[in-house]
Amino acid sequence: MKTLWNNYRYLFFRRVTQISLLVLYFGANAWGWKMLQGNLSSSVILGVIPMSDPFAAMQMLAAGAIMATNLLVGVTVVVVFYFLIGGRAFCSWVCPVNMVTDLANFSREKLGINKIQGIKQPASRKIRYWVLALSLIISALMGVTAFEFVSPISMVHRGIVFGLGFGWAAMLIIFLFDLFVLKNGWCGHICPLGGFYSLLGKFSLIRVQHYEENCTLCMKCKKVCPENHVLHMIGKESLPVLSGECTNCARCIEVCDDDALGFSIRNMAKNKKTGE
Amino acid sequence: MSENRPENKKKKQPLSDRRKFILGMARSVGLATLGGFVWSAYVDEVTAAELLLRPPGAIKEDDFLKTCIKCGLCVEACPYDTLLLAKPGDHKPLGTPYFVPRDMPCYMCPDIPCVPVCPTGALDESSVTTDGKLDINIADMGLAVVDEESCIAFWGIQCDACYRACPILGEAITIEYQQNKRTGKHAFMKPIVHSDACTGCGLCEKACVTEKPAIHILPREVAMGRAGDYYIKGWDKKDEQRLKNAKEIKTTTELSKRKASDKLNGDLLEGLY
Repeated sequence: MKTLWNNYRYLFFRRVTQISLLVLYFGANAWGWKMLQGNLSSSVILGVIPMSDPFAAMQMLAAGAIMATNLLVGVTVVVVFYFLIGGRAFCSWVCPVNMVTDLANFSREKLGINKIQGIKQPASRKIRYWVLALSLIISALMGVTAFEFVSPISMVHRGIVFGLGFGWAAMLIIFLFDLFVLKNGWCGHICPLGGFYSLLGKFSLIRVQHYEENCTLCMKCKKVCPENHVLHMIGKESLPVLSGECTNCARCIEVCDDDALGFSIRNMAKNKKTGE
Repeated sequence: MSENRPENKKKKQPLSDRRKFILGMARSVGLATLGGFVWSAYVDEVTAAELLLRPPGAIKEDDFLKTCIKCGLCVEACPYDTLLLAKPGDHKPLGTPYFVPRDMPCYMCPDIPCVPVCPTGALDESSVTTDGKLDINIADMGLAVVDEESCIAFWGIQCDACYRACPILGEAITIEYQQNKRTGKHAFMKPIVHSDACTGCGLCEKACVTEKPAIHILPREVAMGRAGDYYIKGWDKKDEQRLKNAKEIKTTTELSKRKASDKLNGDLLEGLY
C-alpha cells in the first residue's frame, strides 16, 4: 500500500487538482458559486482576481483587437503564476485534455500498440512551435483568434462547464489520435498552447532535479515520461531538467525507487551543482 | 549545373547537411502552408454567421470575433439563462455568446449584469451608458421585424401581444389604427416597430401568439437598409444636414466633352443629313 501511494502520489494530486478545478468552474455556471467563474480562457477568482489565457491574448493582439486593462492584468497574473511553478504545469495539473491523453497513453501501453509501432516517432516535437506561429499568422490575416476557434482544449473545458454539444467528438479525436496515430501526439507534438507554455517554462523556477549518484539506471522515469527527451541527463549527470517542455507532472519522481529525482528551485539547483 | 551532374549520378552519396536542412525547412514550410490554408478555410466558415444575436453592448461583429475570449462570464452573469455559449454543432462561431429570443429573450435588467463582467471589452460598457449610468434602453442587440403576411393583427384580428410585452411600451412598438376596407366595418390595429427605440430584446418574439413568430428579431445589420448620402427627406431641416457628408462624383465620358447646349444649338441635326 505504501509503495502504491509512493508511486502514484503526484498523479493522485494532479487528478484531484484537475477535477476540483472542473467542479469549481462547473459550479460557478450551474449553481452560481463565486470561487472560480468563467473558464480556462478567462476567469475570475472569488469575484476579484482576473486570470486570462496569455496565448489567447496573443492571438487577439495579432488579430488587431483592442486590449482591455482587465485582460492584461489577467494575463500578467497567469504568466507570473506559471513562471513560478513551471510553464507546462498548466498541461499536467490543470488542462482537462491531459486526462484524455493520459488515458490514451495508458491504453496504448496496455494494448501493446507501442510494441507494433516501435520507439522511433514519425513526427517532430517541434510541430507545436510551427502551429503556434501559424495560429498567430492566421489570426493576423483573418482578424479572428484562430486557435481559439478550433482549440479542443477550450472546446472540452467549455463543454464541461457550459454544455458539451459535439465537444465529445473533439475528445474522441484526440484520444484516437494519441492511441493509434502518434504516442503523446496531441500534448507532446501538436498543441500550440503547450508550445507556448514550453517557451514560458524555459524561465520558470520550479524544476525537476536529477541526482546521478542515486540512479540505478532502471529507466522507469524515461519510460513513464510523456516528454522523455527532457530527461537526457538520467544516469549521466546531476542536472536539473531545464527544458521548458517538461510538464512538471512529477511522474518520473514518483516512479523512481532510488530517490534519484526530486523537485527543486532553479537557482538552488544551480548552486548545488557548483558546490559539488 | 553541368559540374554537379556527375555527383548526382552517385545515388548512394548521403545528402549534405546543408541540403538536408534546406529540404527539411522546405518540407516544414510546405506542411505549414497546407495546414494554414485548411485551418483558415475552416475558421472562415465557422465565423460566418450573420443571423446571430449578441448580448447587449456587443461591439461590431468583426471586432467581436477578435475580441471575445469565449470565457462565458456574461453567460454566468445572466440571471435568466438567456445567454448561451455556442457549442460544436450549434453552427455558430464556436464559444461565443448568443441568445435565441423565442426560447429565452433578454429581460433587459437595469443593472445589465452581463456587460461589466466582460474582461476583454467585447461587451462595451460605454455603449450602454448614459450620463455615467448603465442604461439598457439604449442597447442595440437587434431589431424587431414584423411579417405582415402572418401577423394576425394585419388580418384584422385584434392582437396586441407584442405591444404589451414590449419593455419600452409605446415607444419601440406602437399600434396604428387603420380602416379595414376588406370588411368595411372594422379597424386594423397594426403593430409598428420603431427602430430608434427598439433594443432587440425579443420579448415581443417570445410573446407572439402565432405558431412561428410573426414578429422576430434580426441583427440590425441584417434588418436595416441604408439610404446613403444621395437622398434626403425634403422639407426636413435636420435631414438636410446630412448633405454635408455628400461628396461630388464627376463622371467624365466621351459625351461630356461637349456641352448639352452646344448639341441643341449647333449640330443636333448634323447626323441626320
